[in-house]
Amino acid sequence: MELGPEDVAYIAHLARLQIDEQDVPLYARNLSEILRLVETMNAVDTDGVVPMAHPVDTAQPLRADEVTEADRREEFQRNAPAVADGLYLVPKVIE
Amino acid sequence: MSVLDKSIVELGAALAGGEVTSRELTEAALQRIADARTLNCFVTVCGEQALAQADAADARIRNGGGGPLTGIPLAHKDLFCTDGVKTSCGSRMLDNFIAPYDATVVARLKQAGCVMVGKTNMDEFAMGSSNENSYYGPVSNPWDVGKVPGGSSGGSAAAVAARLVPVATGTDTGGSIRQPAALCGITGLKPTYGRVSRYGMVAFASSLDQAGPLAKSAHECALLLGAMAGHDALDSTSLDLAVPDYVSALHDDISGLKIGLPREYFGGGLDSDVAAAVHAAVDVLVGLGAQVKEITLPRQDLSIPAYYVVAPAECSSNLSRFDGVRYGYRCANPVDLEDLYKRSRGEGFGAEVKRRIMVGTYVLSAGYYDAYYLKAQKMRQLICEDFQQAFAEVDVIAGPTSPSVAFARGERTDDPISMYLSDIYTNAANLAGLPGISVPCGFVNRLPVGLQIIGNHFTEQRILNVAHRYQLASDWHDARPPAAEAP
Repeated sequence: MELGPEDVAYIAHLARLQIDEQDVPLYARNLSEILRLVETMNAVDTDGVVPMAHPVDTAQPLRADEVTEADRREEFQRNAPAVADGLYLVPKVIE
Repeated sequence: MSVLDKSIVELGAALAGGEVTSRELTEAALQRIADARTLNCFVTVCGEQALAQADAADARIRNGGGGPLTGIPLAHKDLFCTDGVKTSCGSRMLDNFIAPYDATVVARLKQAGCVMVGKTNMDEFAMGSSNENSYYGPVSNPWDVGKVPGGSSGGSAAAVAARLVPVATGTDTGGSIRQPAALCGITGLKPTYGRVSRYGMVAFASSLDQAGPLAKSAHECALLLGAMAGHDALDSTSLDLAVPDYVSALHDDISGLKIGLPREYFGGGLDSDVAAAVHAAVDVLVGLGAQVKEITLPRQDLSIPAYYVVAPAECSSNLSRFDGVRYGYRCANPVDLEDLYKRSRGEGFGAEVKRRIMVGTYVLSAGYYDAYYLKAQKMRQLICEDFQQAFAEVDVIAGPTSPSVAFARGERTDDPISMYLSDIYTNAANLAGLPGISVPCGFVNRLPVGLQIIGNHFTEQRILNVAHRYQLASDWHDARPPAAEAP
C-alpha cells in the first residue's frame, strides 16, 4: 500500500497527532515502506489458521467485585496539567 | 578493577560477611555514574534516596535479616514506575511524570533489599533498537562511544557493561533486553510472557512486553529473575505458577542436551564474522556434551512483518492514554479539545513513536483490520507452531542475537526498516511468548557478539543453565570495555 500526503493527514487525525506540514512527505514515505514490508505476509496462505491474540492460552482470572483501591485522587492529580476542585480541566467543549 | 566489577553473587557474599557495606557499594556506583556521565546512561540519578536505602540495607544485614540481594545497587529502566521518582519512558510526554506507585518489579526488588541508584535511558516508549530515539539523547556504547548500545534498554545495558552498576532491569518487547545486551557484551534475559508481572510498566505492546534482568553473567540473571518473577494479582496476565530456584539448576550437566540451530538464523543478512563467533560458541557447548541438530523455522522471516503489525497496533491503542489531560505533557494555549489532543501528542511524542502510532492506527482502521491485523495474528500462530515443532525435537534453540555488532550512531536513523531488521532474530520469541537469553560469545572488530539461546515456555531454568555452563567454559562475559576504566 502506497500512502500519500492525504492518507497521512487522515491517519494522523484519527490518531489525534499533529504532524508538521513539512514532515508529511517523509511520513508518507516511511509508512509506505513499513506497509510494503508488512505486506510480504500476503505470500503465505493463512486460510483456516486460528488468529493468535495472545501468547498465553489461559482464561482470565476472576475476582470478587469488591473495592480494592484506596481513593488517592489528590496524589494522582498532582501529575495533571490543570485541575480544579478535584476535576481535570480541558478547554470548553460545550458552548 | 573496581568493586563494581564483581558479580552480585560475590557482592552478596561480601555484604553478608561484612567485608563491604551497601553504602560503600552505592557510593562507588554513584561515583562511577557521575564519572561516566558522557555515556548518558541515566535519565535520573537517585543519590540521597539510594544512600538512605543502602543504610537501611546495611542495618538489615547487621540484624541478620538480609537475603542474597540485600544491599546490591541496581538501576531500573526508566519505564518502570517508581514511587516518587520521575518515570519518563524516554519521552518528552512523561518528562514531568512522577509515578505515584512502584511497579511490581520495582517493589519486589526493593523488598529484596536492592538499592535503586537511578533510572536508565532508553528509546522513547521502548520503541527502537539503538537508543537514539530518547528525548534525553543517545546513549554511547562503552566499547566504542561512536557506536550505539542497542535498544531499547540501551541505558541499562551500557550501565552494566561500563561497570556503573552491577545489574539493571530492562524490558523486551521485540528484543529490547537481548539486543542491547549483545551489543554491549553483557548477559540479558527475556523471560516467558507471563513469568514477570507487567504491573507498573509503561505499556508498549501488552501481548509482547516482558521485564527481565541485565547483568554480566547468567548466574546474576538467575538470582535477579528469582526475585522479579512470580504471580501478581495486579497483572491478570501474570501466571500463577511456582517460581523455581533458578540458581540451583545452573550447574546441571548439559551432556545430551539437544541444541537446535535454525537454518533461517544463519542465512543472508547475518554478518559472517558474527556467524563464526556463534558457531564457535556452539562448539564450546558441544564440547560440554551437547548435541547439535539443524532445524528449520520456516516462517521465521515473516516474524518482522507480523511484529510490525501487532506491536504498532497495540502501541496505538496503549498510547491513546497520553492525551494531555490527566498526566504528562500538555501543549501551550490549546484553543479547543481537539487542538489539545493533537498538539500535546504531536509535540510530546518523537518521530518513531508517531510512526508506530500511525501504522497501528492504520492497520486497525475500518476496512484494513482483516488484511493487516487479523492476517498478522494468523502469522503469529504459524510462527508459534514452527517453534513448537522445533521443540519437539530439541531442548533449546541457539543462534545469533543480532545480525551484526554495534553499528555507528546515525547509521540507521533515516531508515526505519534497516533499524527494524536489527531485531530479526529476537522478534519471533516475543510473538511466541518464549524466553530467550543473550550471552557474550566473542568480538568482531573489538565489538561484542551475542549468542542467543531460546527455550520453550517457562524453561528459564534450562536456558540459564546452558548460559551458565557456557560462561564457566568461556570468559567473554568478563571482558571489560574501555569505558569501564576510570575516566
